[in-house]
Amino acid sequence: MRPMTYQKANDARAAVQALAAAAGGDAALTESSIQPLAGGTTLIDLMKLDVMRPSTLVDINPLAGSWSEINLENGNLRLGALARMSDVADHPEVQRLYPVVAESLKLAASPQLRNMATLGGNVLQRTRCTYFRDVSYASCNKRNPGSGCAAMDGFNRMHAVLGTSEACIASYPGDFAQALIALDATVEITGKAGVHQMPFAQLHKPPGNTPEIETVLRPGELISAFVIDGRWPRSLYLKIRDRQSYEFALASAAVALDVQDGIVREARVALGGVATVPWRARDAEALMKGQKLDDATAQHVAEAAMAGASARQHNAFKIDLGKRVVAHALQRAAMMEI
Amino acid sequence: MSESPPSKKTSKKISGFNRRAFMAGAAGATVAVPLTARAAGDAARPPAAKDASLPVDMMLRVNGADRPLSVDARTTVLDALREHLGLTGSKKGCDHGQCGACTVLIDGRRVVSCLTLAIAVQGREITTIEGLSQGDKLHPMQQAFIDQDAFQCGYCTPGQIMSAIACVKERHANSDEDIREYMSGNICRCAAYPNIVAAVKQAASQIEKG
Repeated sequence: MRPMTYQKANDARAAVQALAAAAGGDAALTESSIQPLAGGTTLIDLMKLDVMRPSTLVDINPLAGSWSEINLENGNLRLGALARMSDVADHPEVQRLYPVVAESLKLAASPQLRNMATLGGNVLQRTRCTYFRDVSYASCNKRNPGSGCAAMDGFNRMHAVLGTSEACIASYPGDFAQALIALDATVEITGKAGVHQMPFAQLHKPPGNTPEIETVLRPGELISAFVIDGRWPRSLYLKIRDRQSYEFALASAAVALDVQDGIVREARVALGGVATVPWRARDAEALMKGQKLDDATAQHVAEAAMAGASARQHNAFKIDLGKRVVAHALQRAAMMEI
Repeated sequence: MSESPPSKKTSKKISGFNRRAFMAGAAGATVAVPLTARAAGDAARPPAAKDASLPVDMMLRVNGADRPLSVDARTTVLDALREHLGLTGSKKGCDHGQCGACTVLIDGRRVVSCLTLAIAVQGREITTIEGLSQGDKLHPMQQAFIDQDAFQCGYCTPGQIMSAIACVKERHANSDEDIREYMSGNICRCAAYPNIVAAVKQAASQIEKG
């Protein structure tokens, strides 16, 4: 790990001021030499690997007093960005009214990491692509822009089949983000100019020609909360992986349904493990509305969800697996007793 | 082939000396020199160094005692414990938060100490494997690991025990399936998993009885 200095931010204003001091306002947060420290489970790991090289850490944990609420009043769900994954996963009302949220958190990482990692940090976690994490590989456009992509013709079994570009096929590793994007969550961002909100779906940027820029966040901007409107008791997260526990998804689906008299009124589908960013399958959702969710419809929706997928040498299995995960998740959600 | 417990006891009696006492003594001797050298330099150093190359003064609360340190800002809790405080019970396995060997409790919650910066947890209560027993009386989870033969090489065991105590406290030890899921952050290369589940179950019932 490279030398760095450590500062503790005692309030939000001090935090954004310290973070905004990074050179220039145009840089992406991920590239900044001043990084916020929350749970540290991604940041310290990547600093040890020399992938992230901040010169200063700004510890934002003192903000947890006001930024870690779990609030279900007013018919929506508001989650503070410094809430720990385990606290939200174990919350009985979140489990009952937003099972997809609780399950996406419970099925991620390990109990120790869930006790440490925050929701805000979780959605910003970096890809697990080996060629990104291991600096001995010279080619990685995300780590070293313009250097090429070693994964294209490397061992790419874990890599994305949706949202890829010629510059990058690294998959987005998180689970919680799929629940957020499926439920049309809003993300609240605190910066120098104050607090603003935007759809969570606009937070992450597909790799395109600039895979090093992963989100629209700039230095001096912090995620302070997530808000989900309405209740989604008929929802779940299905995660398929190489091990039964403590492993990243090969393919996963966050689904939510509103079914009345057997007819789908509202449907949400998001995919994990298969895409470069949190992935919402809106075209697939539209096919279910006003329909009965029988096997044929689920299959039809699953095909649409993976439309446009393109595989490299080792990850073609993800296209078929992704379809099966979507179909199975929808069928299970339709049968939930709520 | 498993060693039988009686032979272990016999060898301990004959030598009057065990590996743990030797290792702890040796570690203490190694650490004593740099600690003294650091203490001598402390007076001249500003309290909050802005120069990343200078050590930072900090105070950690470990197993109920305040422990002053002057170390690099990059020092993790794991390295602070093992390299600077002579507490080598917490083990370094992967050093990347993947294996759980370094698990400690901070304010009663289990975390991986290898991804926790020491400077960031000043004033919080750190509990390590060394802080569990009361005199010669082992914590019920420590006793359960011995009773159930829940280890082979023992390297992951301190982390397993710390994690298991938290697992019970979190009420995630209600079934074998539950225990397996909520102990999945602790890898055992000897694959003592069935016995670890048995140990967690044994201790859980004792801890719940109070």
